[in-house]
Amino acid sequence: MKKFKEKLSGRVFFVLALSTISALVLITVFIFVNGMPLIAEVGLFNFIFGMSWAPEQGQFGIFPMIVGTVSVTLGAALLGIPVGICCSIFMAEFAPAMMKNIFRPAIQLLAGIPSVVYGFWGLIFIVPAISTHLGGVGMSILAGSIILAIMILPTIISISEVSLLALPRTYKEGALALGMTHWQTIRHVQLPAAKSGIVAGVILGIGRAVGETMVVIMVLGNSVALPESILDSVRTLTTNIGLEMGYAAGRHRQALFATGIVLFVIIMILNISAQYITRKKVK
Amino acid sequence: MRITARNAEKTAKILIWTIALMVIAVLIFIIIFILYRGLPVINWNFLTEIPRRSGREGGIASPIIGTLSVTALAVLIAMPFGVGTAFYLAEYTKGGIITRIIRFCTESLAGIPSIIYGLFGFIFFLDVLGLGWSILSGGLTVAIMILPTLIRTAEESIRSVPKSYREVSFSLGGTKWQTIRKAVVPSAIRGIANGIILSVGRCVAETAALIMTAGYELIMPRSVFDSSRSLAVHFYTLVMDGISERNAYGTAAVLIILVFFINVVANMLINRFVAKGR
Repeated sequence: MKKFKEKLSGRVFFVLALSTISALVLITVFIFVNGMPLIAEVGLFNFIFGMSWAPEQGQFGIFPMIVGTVSVTLGAALLGIPVGICCSIFMAEFAPAMMKNIFRPAIQLLAGIPSVVYGFWGLIFIVPAISTHLGGVGMSILAGSIILAIMILPTIISISEVSLLALPRTYKEGALALGMTHWQTIRHVQLPAAKSGIVAGVILGIGRAVGETMVVIMVLGNSVALPESILDSVRTLTTNIGLEMGYAAGRHRQALFATGIVLFVIIMILNISAQYITRKKVK
Repeated sequence: MRITARNAEKTAKILIWTIALMVIAVLIFIIIFILYRGLPVINWNFLTEIPRRSGREGGIASPIIGTLSVTALAVLIAMPFGVGTAFYLAEYTKGGIITRIIRFCTESLAGIPSIIYGLFGFIFFLDVLGLGWSILSGGLTVAIMILPTLIRTAEESIRSVPKSYREVSFSLGGTKWQTIRKAVVPSAIRGIANGIILSVGRCVAETAALIMTAGYELIMPRSVFDSSRSLAVHFYTLVMDGISERNAYGTAAVLIILVFFINVVANMLINRFVAKGR
């Protein structure tokens, strides 16, 4: 009986452990099976570089949305990465214990607030502010970038902070003993040494910005056209799926799954590079 | 002013402090703003009445039930898989190709955006399995989304159980399964609970995937096969369809309070866990 239980428990845990593999395989298979027929029909090149999206007329080109996703993500990265890294330096090096006790739960809370709430806040504050001070309707790449930058902060901060704190104490002590100032130590010793962890955090943050849906639906304006400035409205890949899935059928629905394939591939490339960088550090 | 090491030190310090304080200020501003407008809306009737006229009047009772039931279902479904995987990774394997694949899949699942989960849930649970827009479809979809969090937190807490606990159990003739059940589980349980609470937070905040799998229904669900709108989806509809700004603030305030409460409980568990581990 004892032996039987012993064997059984090991097997059960193994089978349960296969759940993540089967989930990832199922997701990949179903997204591809439902999206590939349309890509095959339209042609991969025409689908990705096509300029016109008009499902009723059988036109399925997602290039404006790829540009939309890239521009909003780039904006969020430009704003979010420096702020995120500064915050992680603050947490790891400068903050007194009391500030840490405020800062850490605050960042957790920031990560936990539903994205729709950020979108709403953006709609009430950022969008009108842009419209009054910079012109245009306000629903724009800039608005999306600002809010996404806030939303990717927790990912960047927590991973960068962990990799800064994981450095051997001797690095810092050695540099200080050589007469470097605290800031010189951070800039020339600690940041370079923690680089791979920080880069992994940044990549995961970018992945989060690429995949965010609700916020961008709320503040980007969602027009399908190539933007000319950061004050223009755009539509992202995620928005395209989120807005039209409710009523799409037939080829239109296939086209949304095909959009999902493109999004999925981008995300997997980001995921795999983050994992690769983290693993290299461990070795 | 010359750029000396001392000046650079000062400037960097001031800059980093300023940025950190600004981030905190923005967060506090968002929260206070929502609570300031939303708290006056919340009262007993708001919490216990179902929405009327698409949410213009009445309360948010059915979306609250929707969120709670999707969350409970997702956690119940995901827990055995997540915790089981964590035990497998921490206790039963020493590495190797299958372990590497499991880790790769777990980390990849963590990075997949919710809209992709929504697409998958829509085609798999609604179309293939024929479950329709329902709490069950939503719960199953979100269950996959929270697996990585559950696995990561559970594995960490299992690994942090001191080796000596296991050695004592083995030396007394305990089998592996007995050791896990009697020596490892009791010490790791707080960490596992913390992972569950973090997952609950993710379920409460989820929107995109639930729109596509649990639907928009506003009447009180009677079973898990009924469609039900979650709080976040309800809030989104109130805002985007311009239905009622007042009730939108109220719903947002309820969401923020929920998330805040979940975070406080999680932190209490972590602190106890850490205190116990030392």
